[in-house]
Amino acid sequence: MFIKFMSPRIKKLRKVLNPPPIKGFKPYGPEVDGKKLEPVLLHFEEYEAFRLCDYDLYNHHQASVIMGVSRPTFTRIYSSVRRKVALAFAEGRQIVIDGGKVYFDSDWYHCSTCKCYFNNPQKDVEITECPLCGSKSFAGFNMENVQHESSGMIQTEYCVCPSCGYKTEHIQGKPCSTELCPECNVHMIRQGSSNRCRNSNC
Amino acid sequence: MKVAITSTGNSMESILDERFGRCSYFVIYDTESKSTEFIPNPNKDAENGAGPASVQVVASRNVSKIVSGEFGMKIKSLVDSLKIQMIVVKEPKKISEIIEMLEH
Repeated sequence: MFIKFMSPRIKKLRKVLNPPPIKGFKPYGPEVDGKKLEPVLLHFEEYEAFRLCDYDLYNHHQASVIMGVSRPTFTRIYSSVRRKVALAFAEGRQIVIDGGKVYFDSDWYHCSTCKCYFNNPQKDVEITECPLCGSKSFAGFNMENVQHESSGMIQTEYCVCPSCGYKTEHIQGKPCSTELCPECNVHMIRQGSSNRCRNSNC
Repeated sequence: MKVAITSTGNSMESILDERFGRCSYFVIYDTESKSTEFIPNPNKDAENGAGPASVQVVASRNVSKIVSGEFGMKIKSLVDSLKIQMIVVKEPKKISEIIEMLEH
């Protein structure tokens, strides 16, 4: 068979902002004492998905952007973590958080002595000096302020009035055409949209 | 500890290459033995995927830091997962100057 030799598509690396503070969970009680059940393995990306959704209360779309995967992939990771946690609860198993196709996002720093930028790939090791010149005058640096890369950032969209150009922030889930311009009383359109003359009164 | 530096030429007087994936040479500097090794970049004229391929080249030498002028979009996640530190130097400096700074 030809299909037998096809390898699956390689998984994208998932971005994890915060590694878990613990290695896992252990159940306790007379029923589980002394019993040796196989622990449930939770991947780092699953932990991160669970944290983003149910601790930071992001919706699946926002959380998928943060982790650098598509929304359907995020939902798959999320449904997997719920099943695993439920399994561990129902059967009294341990949870071990380890492994997975992830990378830990690192923070950037700027050294004011040698004017270089550097990152810290190991979160558990704190930076004490500039790795290039050894000076201690460095500070945290936010890359997003400098690089306006469209990759991954949710951009604010605007509704504009086609006749006077009045602009208001677009509310997600509410079509712009349902909003009326307060000045000329015509239906608004999304900024940059091509179907400019869908309405007869524009 | 080994450090990779991107270079425009194969001498200590060469200027730091501001690109990572398509730089001319990689300088592998060992801070313990003070030895330098110049590796010509095989991905210099690659049309795409030069960044990840170059990460492979330097990662195979077990470097723990990379000094370059800029890093492409595909590189950060790879380098972070390999726990390699990126150092971005925006000013055109000589390789010898950078090695001197690394000595501090």
